[in-house]
Amino acid sequence: MAKRIEVSGLAAYYGKTRAIEDISMTIEPRQVTAFIGPSGCGKSTLLRTLNRMHELTPGARVEGKVLLDDDDLYGTDVDPVVVRRNIGMVFQRPNPFPTMSIFDNVAAGLKLNGVRRKAQLAEIVEKSLRGANLWNEVKDRLSRPGAGLSGGQQQRLCIARAIAVEPQVLLMDEPCSALDPISTLAIEDLIASLKGRYTIVIVTHNMQQAARVSDTTGFFNLAAQGQPGRLVEMDDTNKIFTNPAEKSTEDYITGRFG
Amino acid sequence: MTTDVIESGGGLDRSASRRVRRGDQIFRLASSGAGILLLAIMAAIAVFLIVKAIPALQKNSANFFTEKTWNPNAQPATFGIAALAFGTVLSSLLALVVATPIAIGVALFITHYTPRRISGLLGYVIDLLAAVPSVVYGLWGLAFLVPRIQSPEQWLQKHLGFIPLFGGDSVSGRSILTGSIVLAIMILPIIAAISREVFLQAPNAQAEAALALGATRWEMIRMAVLPFGRPGVVSAAMLGLGRALGETIAVAMVFPAAFTVSFRILTPTGNSIAANIANGFGESGPTGRGALIASGLVLFVITLVVNMAARLIIARRKEYSRAGA
Repeated sequence: MAKRIEVSGLAAYYGKTRAIEDISMTIEPRQVTAFIGPSGCGKSTLLRTLNRMHELTPGARVEGKVLLDDDDLYGTDVDPVVVRRNIGMVFQRPNPFPTMSIFDNVAAGLKLNGVRRKAQLAEIVEKSLRGANLWNEVKDRLSRPGAGLSGGQQQRLCIARAIAVEPQVLLMDEPCSALDPISTLAIEDLIASLKGRYTIVIVTHNMQQAARVSDTTGFFNLAAQGQPGRLVEMDDTNKIFTNPAEKSTEDYITGRFG
Repeated sequence: MTTDVIESGGGLDRSASRRVRRGDQIFRLASSGAGILLLAIMAAIAVFLIVKAIPALQKNSANFFTEKTWNPNAQPATFGIAALAFGTVLSSLLALVVATPIAIGVALFITHYTPRRISGLLGYVIDLLAAVPSVVYGLWGLAFLVPRIQSPEQWLQKHLGFIPLFGGDSVSGRSILTGSIVLAIMILPIIAAISREVFLQAPNAQAEAALALGATRWEMIRMAVLPFGRPGVVSAAMLGLGRALGETIAVAMVFPAAFTVSFRILTPTGNSIAANIANGFGESGPTGRGALIASGLVLFVITLVVNMAARLIIARRKEYSRAGA
């Protein structure tokens, strides 16, 4: 179920502005890969090219290749809607559907996939909420609106919603940046427990978080102000945080810039 | 505690804070004054209508609420609101039923299906349509629609006559249907313009959530845009309904001014309170005018009830319409 992502020669544009260029990397299945780097270096843009969300911005486009196992996500006959059904995403700010109940939030993706049977829906919703470590907190109020939960619970609800459709990859765009430390810890525990089943890519500004949750870390930086973002280096998280190959990586992780 | 701090803190510029408070006070007075003025105007209108209507109602020899005919200038005066209120509500509801889906479609088309440059232009055209004076719509209805609608009406009656709305044994160019179509065209731009604003404000976060789950554009609209916009669309529809209920000149021009209560919208039936006032006010005696004012009071109450019903609909969904983070 978890699949490998191979990016090669990828560049992404907003209109005429090139946001990232020359990105090549391999993201291993059943591992957590973290993207770190200063603001504006294109880590979120790269993440959004991996499920074809980038092109939803007017004027945005992508060059290069992204392979999910052997399928080119940007192949001419590939429907972005299908790509997004296979690659789930969790956003920076928790964004449950405010008009839907907790149950319907988790079931939203399933209904898109044509799951209609009540019993089946209930079973998958419970499984997903358990998977997101939220079941015990919400099992008595599944019909209440999702917007009534705390921020951390909302984010776990969004994760439950994303994993309910059993995606091959889970992308997380700074999933804890709007949360308090306790909720952050809950999400980090959750990431660790999901790792065995999914390919997880997480963008984070929190270097301790990258060190705690990820197996592989990619460091991104701008060559200079106004230049597109690039992948500086990518390696074992341990190696990046103890003995990086590049000087700029070391400067960043030790807090000397960025 | 706070006052202690301010009084003992010699370094604080107290005159400056007092100046700010005076500004606050003026603003508070001005805004509450405006609010009270509005209520006062509403009350004054209601009082005016009641005071002017009572003498005529006392002379009425028929039941005002159940009588269909309108002969306030006869001896004895007999008039009732039944046919007028019925025609007003029926034609306005039909207009709403026709206009709302189209308006939602237009608003969604502008906000989600057209490139930004064209959508700006389309939005402008819709605002322009909303500004066309109603007499122009009335003229169009009378000169264009009335002569041309008879054959489609005949078709409807022949093939769908088993539906009570389309029943009857004759058709008329001047009918409830014609009036409703004119009203629908008039309220369409209002509903579309407000719905467009509401849809534009739908939060991007939920739209992205839907798309990231693999929703198509229409599925995304159903999950993230329509639920968010529902209270706004209901308000827009109610505004449109309010305009349709009160619309005077356009319907006065196309309605046949018949005092009947009939759901057969193709037959020569149909009148409305506002149209009746416009048609009758000039040639009425004092009792006639009083009677028309009484009918105006009924229209006032109908509009009030419609607005309150709309508020109830919106409030019922409030818990769910709280937009998330």
